Amino acid sequence: MPHDPRPLTSSAMSPLELVRFAVGAIAAHPMRSALTSLGVVIGVAAVIMMTSIGLGAQQRVEQALSSLGTNMLVVRPGAPRGAGGGFVRGGGGSGASLTVDDAEAMRTLDGVKAISPAVNGGAQLVYDGANWASRIEGVTPEYLVARDLEIVSGQMFDQAAADSGRKVAVLGQTVVRELFGEGVDPVGQRMRIGPIPFTVVGVLGEKGQSGFQDQDDIVVIPLDAARSRVIGRGSGSRGNSVNQIYVKAVDEDSLYRLEQDVAELLRQRHRIRPGQEDDFNVQNLTSIQEAAQSSTATFTILLAAVAGVSLVVGGVGIMNIMLVSVTERTREIGLRMAIGARRSDVLTQFALESVALSLLGGLIGLLLGVGGALLMSKFGDWPAAIPAWAAPLAIGFSTFVGVVFGAYPAWRAAQLDPIEALRRE
Amino acid sequence: MIRIDNLTKTYVMGDNVIHALGGVSLGIDRGEHVAIIGPSGSGKSTLMNVLGGLDRPTGGDYRFEDDPVADYDDDELASFRNRRIGFVFQSFQLLPRLTAVQNVELPMIYAGIAPAERRDRAVALLERVGLGSRLENRPTQMSGGQQQRVAIARALANAPDLLLADEPTGALDTATGQEVLALFDELNSQGLTLCIVTHDTEVAARARRRVAFRDGLIVSDDRNAA
Repeated sequence: MPHDPRPLTSSAMSPLELVRFAVGAIAAHPMRSALTSLGVVIGVAAVIMMTSIGLGAQQRVEQALSSLGTNMLVVRPGAPRGAGGGFVRGGGGSGASLTVDDAEAMRTLDGVKAISPAVNGGAQLVYDGANWASRIEGVTPEYLVARDLEIVSGQMFDQAAADSGRKVAVLGQTVVRELFGEGVDPVGQRMRIGPIPFTVVGVLGEKGQSGFQDQDDIVVIPLDAARSRVIGRGSGSRGNSVNQIYVKAVDEDSLYRLEQDVAELLRQRHRIRPGQEDDFNVQNLTSIQEAAQSSTATFTILLAAVAGVSLVVGGVGIMNIMLVSVTERTREIGLRMAIGARRSDVLTQFALESVALSLLGGLIGLLLGVGGALLMSKFGDWPAAIPAWAAPLAIGFSTFVGVVFGAYPAWRAAQLDPIEALRRE
Repeated sequence: MIRIDNLTKTYVMGDNVIHALGGVSLGIDRGEHVAIIGPSGSGKSTLMNVLGGLDRPTGGDYRFEDDPVADYDDDELASFRNRRIGFVFQSFQLLPRLTAVQNVELPMIYAGIAPAERRDRAVALLERVGLGSRLENRPTQMSGGQQQRVAIARALANAPDLLLADEPTGALDTATGQEVLALFDELNSQGLTLCIVTHDTEVAARARRRVAFRDGLIVSDDRNAA
């Protein structure tokens, strides 16, 4: 046989062959490989399902909060209770400290887009024998702008109608459904609010749940009509007191300054001395939204972190089996080295094996996680938002787990002494 | 082809220092058929491991076609084993989940030979050792003699300069052992350099040169008359 002066240093082997070795070894023990991957399957599926749930919750919260209105302040009578302020609060303190005049005074402030003073209360609605108890808001026409509402049928009453004391009402979707029936347009119909007959002039667009309240269960009527006939705040004090004033800022930048200005204005008007407690409070809905968003984001991260722990457990499972595999295949490793495998070839082969096992688990976990999230949103009445990065996340994480937890077993394999390894039984 | 000079190999085991090779000099020419004989622990296996590039000597020089094998690093030794040496082991050392052809292909994979070519070569080698009908059999479906033929075909895969066999008939009955030895004779007659480690005098008798070891040293080196 002729001697051929072949170079001894270059690695001639195709990396693809190492992939084939790894896949072959995995395919040789299908049951063991499946069980080894199972940890990563569960880990990846859990991460995807948990982040989908978290993001779904986040979207639901955002939706609910944005339906309350953006760039809006709500001014209520009564002292603020504690720092930060709660979201829902009773009247508290002097119940009649805000007036229509206060609202009018705010119009002079910079950055105001709309202002609507409001009185509210509950009343029984009657139409053609149907009864429904609902929330009544007595407001000015600007209310529509201040609260980001829209009219889907008919129209909002105008200032002239409000001033002339007309008994007109704009209904929320829930009220329409309960009183008139699904799909009926009630515009032009006459109904009663308590004992007083009203004419329906408009229907509000759907707003949905705000978490604790059905925002479509509402009847909007002119402020004067509400005060004199329906809610009747006859309880002493000034006759033009209101329950709240909605203030809409032109944009988010002016919102925070406006919040300060409104408070300052009211302190002047109510003659509150420095150091004295306010008899009103100003809520900034945008800051509440931001707080809620960051808390749901934290919730998502927490869920993902808990699920991530199972991914680590899956990785330890792979490491365990790979160590067993290296021990079992000591003779194979010795033989491969004897016929020309470099240590780096052995290292790569075993590392690829653990990456392939992990990746296999990651892909199955991806399918299960996405499937599980879809099932949950379908049957569990829970919004699941499957993130677009679920697939790259599953592939990336499972590869990472395979590399990290396969590194030590592969290193052990590569460090074997071929003579010792061949002798091993 | 091979020249070793004052080769030593010592192992330290706890407090004991074992001189497996105590200064061995030997030359093997192309086309030789050498048997290395001696009792166990005499150093013959150690010599084979050093010759095959599985182990490094502690001292002395080893040149293969003037290449300084003693100075090779791990990767160079791996290439050396892959391209210049063919190993045949007592216990065959076939990978059980691979077919005969796949086992023979293994060294060619590490040599970077394309799939179609290495399959053709593996088939040709298996036919040459008389296993043309067992190409797709796995080791467990073959007798010991057949398995050792597969191992020999694998050892020949990259057309080595030297075939090293460690007790190649040790796990075989006499008849199949004879067949394997006949195959070695045939390969040697076609020009392959053979070096067989054995303590079987019958195996040694078939070689044309016998190098006897005892306590890490060569005690005799005799050749058949040409």
